[in-house]
Amino acid sequence: MSGKLKVHVDQDKCQGHARCKALAPELFDLDEFGNAHEAGDGTVPAGLEDKAWLAKSNCPEIAIDVTEA
Amino acid sequence: MSDPARAIPDSAPALSDHPPVTDWVHDFDHTDPQWTENPFPIWETLREASPVIHTDRFLGCYMPTTYQAVKEIAYDTEHFSSRRVIVRDVRPEIVNTAPPITSDPPEHKPAKQLLLPPFTPDAMKKLEPRVRAICNELIDEFIADGQCDAAARYTKHIPVRAIAHMLGIPEKDSDLFIKWIHEILELGIRDDATMMRAVQEMTGYFAGHIEARKQNPTDDLITTMMNARDRNGQPLSDGHVLGSLRLLLIAGIDTTWSAIGASLWHLAKTPADRDRLIAEPELMPTAIEELLRAYAPVTMAREVMKDTVISGCPVKSGNMVLLSFPAANRDPAVFPDADKVVLDRKENRHAAFGLGIHRCVGSNLARMEMTVAIEEWLKRIPDFRLDPAGKVTWSEGTVRGPRQLPILFGKPA
Repeated sequence: MSGKLKVHVDQDKCQGHARCKALAPELFDLDEFGNAHEAGDGTVPAGLEDKAWLAKSNCPEIAIDVTEA
Repeated sequence: MSDPARAIPDSAPALSDHPPVTDWVHDFDHTDPQWTENPFPIWETLREASPVIHTDRFLGCYMPTTYQAVKEIAYDTEHFSSRRVIVRDVRPEIVNTAPPITSDPPEHKPAKQLLLPPFTPDAMKKLEPRVRAICNELIDEFIADGQCDAAARYTKHIPVRAIAHMLGIPEKDSDLFIKWIHEILELGIRDDATMMRAVQEMTGYFAGHIEARKQNPTDDLITTMMNARDRNGQPLSDGHVLGSLRLLLIAGIDTTWSAIGASLWHLAKTPADRDRLIAEPELMPTAIEELLRAYAPVTMAREVMKDTVISGCPVKSGNMVLLSFPAANRDPAVFPDADKVVLDRKENRHAAFGLGIHRCVGSNLARMEMTVAIEEWLKRIPDFRLDPAGKVTWSEGTVRGPRQLPILFGKPA
């Protein structure tokens, strides 16, 4: 599994800027309040790694973690 | 929530004079004409001096000058209250609140959650066709003239009509809303009586719309707020509903008017960026974020409730804080080439919509309006430039954007 990425949104930090959803719609979902959650279990499909890093580096609240699974 | 012991009597003259600033580091004033005209070099000077500076004006006020210091204050709801969100000459007793922007924890979260669902990105997609139509109706009115004041004829009318549409109030009342907002956000810094009158007029206006909906409910934001329930399942008080409606109208208009105007101003004087956006329309989302960073219109405020230390600087209770998200966005420690507009900037954690719990409720609406307004303008008027015979003027104080933006269409002869 090495090399596979996972994204995770810290719910205590997310304030619903929705930048991640705009930049990586495949990796994040928004709830009824507009707060973000990782899609599914957060596993980043092959080819979307750059989008995962882009979402992380544009979150104003630093609420997104990208880890290697 | 008012606290009479802390209220400072309204003893300052209605229209107090602000002497011109000569020492920005120790005597800053965000209503000084130099700041209004071009604040960016001022912020650079202040940032070099200290992460937090102070002025005796406005009955005592700090300003964080770095992204880090702005963030520390925005996240610290223990020492900093949002009960006053505008830095003014006076601090009269608080009688009109506008939840959730003027709320602190624990009241803040439930008040904010009521407003969030109508403003999600999906909800904004439904409103987008109406905004596109508004933009084209406006362009139809002036395109044949070959020139226009883009602030007065275009950017001014888009957000006000969009929020009126959402609230379910007549778009034709727009001029009234714009007058109130000018009186509250600009004149109100120095003139309390004018501000109070505008708030009362606005409250009376919404009270009439609420009464009408008690007879005939409609499918709009006013009805949504009237039907909302608080944490205990009880209807909101009339005061809460009226406060939130005032907030939506005040916060939703000249903020985005300013952001669209500043973006058009930038594109009018920067043909390379204009041509690039037309050639690479897929760049639009990143470009909008960059324009929001570089020309963030909104400066908020906090009131210091308890002594603390921010970025190593002591901060004393009883002072206000000018919370300049626009200055944070120009901090070179966080944004390389901070004073340059880079349309494809990859990393952009800008604070135009605030940081922490008070993130702008309308941020998705603002982004959609900006995107649509710029797209429709570029489609119909791909070539344009500032009119050298005209003068660009900027609004003063809490929200900065062009209020006069004379533009000529077509390529220079």
